[in-house]
Amino acid sequence: MTQPRHSAMLSISNTNPIPIANDKQQPPSTQIQNLASTGLRVPSNRKTIYDRHLNRTRNAELSRAGFAFLFAEMVTYAQRRVTGIQDLERRLNEQGYPLGLRLLDLLYYRTMSSSTSSSLSSSSTSAAPPNRPLRILPLLHLIHGPLWRLLFNRPADALEHSVSPDTPNEYMITDNDPLVNTYISVPKEMSMLNCAAFVAGIIEGVCDGCGFEAKVTAHNQPTEMWPGRTVFLVRFGESVMEREKVLERAGVK
Amino acid sequence: MTVFSLIIINKAGGLIYQREFQPGLRKLSTNDYLVLAGTFHGVHAITRSITPKLPVAAATTTASTPTSSNVPSTPGTPTPITPASTHSFPNPGVPATGLESLETDKFRLTCFQTLTGTKFLLFTDPMMTSIDTVISKIYELYSDYVMKNPFYQLEMPVRCEAFDRHLMGWLRGRT
Repeated sequence: MTQPRHSAMLSISNTNPIPIANDKQQPPSTQIQNLASTGLRVPSNRKTIYDRHLNRTRNAELSRAGFAFLFAEMVTYAQRRVTGIQDLERRLNEQGYPLGLRLLDLLYYRTMSSSTSSSLSSSSTSAAPPNRPLRILPLLHLIHGPLWRLLFNRPADALEHSVSPDTPNEYMITDNDPLVNTYISVPKEMSMLNCAAFVAGIIEGVCDGCGFEAKVTAHNQPTEMWPGRTVFLVRFGESVMEREKVLERAGVK
Repeated sequence: MTVFSLIIINKAGGLIYQREFQPGLRKLSTNDYLVLAGTFHGVHAITRSITPKLPVAAATTTASTPTSSNVPSTPGTPTPITPASTHSFPNPGVPATGLESLETDKFRLTCFQTLTGTKFLLFTDPMMTSIDTVISKIYELYSDYVMKNPFYQLEMPVRCEAFDRHLMGWLRGRT
């Protein structure tokens, strides 16, 4: 099951940096011509998205209605030719997965530059915060806090470890009112469906990008107060749990 | 501040939503509600087409300023006047709306038609004020929780649990 995922990851990382590498080698004028010939629109001030500082859009906000319509169309697209609810959730998950992989770098960059003023120079010293989570808990805190704030402008509502001794590899992240489900009412005959499977895919991409093989699924757990309450179940793979034990013995935080 | 019930009619005259919020009106059968929606749709279309128009020529002679009608009626050259352009609505920029409200001593029916042709019929107490607020809020909730729902098929009956929940919650909060 993990093999196609990693190949997908490789193909994404192979295809993505090509235009960026070209940009650096060529003078700006030819770069703009290049973009124009591929059909990309260049703004009138000739500043492309690559010329902008990454933190420029840090506090920028997106139209919620615009996102709602886009996401509704994504769900409709995923619904074509599906065999069942699980298939639909898998497709939504696959839409979110590459997003998580790519988002991870931006997340690192922003958490690093916000915690230390000069990001790269001070990260070599020992006092700097760790750049990459090595253990499961720091990873989950990264998802629960910074990732959720980056995506939804607030932290997730709860982070729990499975109480059952049979499944020590299961963790749960709870969102009382997922943004993606705000305007969605699932019909009764599909009551098992949760469209936050898309967000589960993002989490899965972030976990895989960090080197933690995991399967993430979204489940409905409505309460009286929160009818849209969603639990993201994170199941780490065997290899991750083995490494976790080794790291624990070695005292790595 | 009594809102009895809400009916939503699609642009073809089909009933797509019917909900009772407070008792007070006699209940109809589902079939009767369908007939009511279809009948109202027809009546609404008729009232729109019988909206009286003002003759354009009279307007130009009494007030010497040229009206915004598309026929340049210069007095020297008598142009062949087509019947359609001789009359216009009192306010040419605004199209005729048709039936907007219907009042009995027990209830008032307010009709709001969106630009896309969907009609919201609200049955309220005849004494109630600020119906516009209620209608615009209902329209807002409809465009949020019905039109942004990927599982809603256009022109089909509205079965959106989030729409019901927010509508009920908002109306309960008002009373």
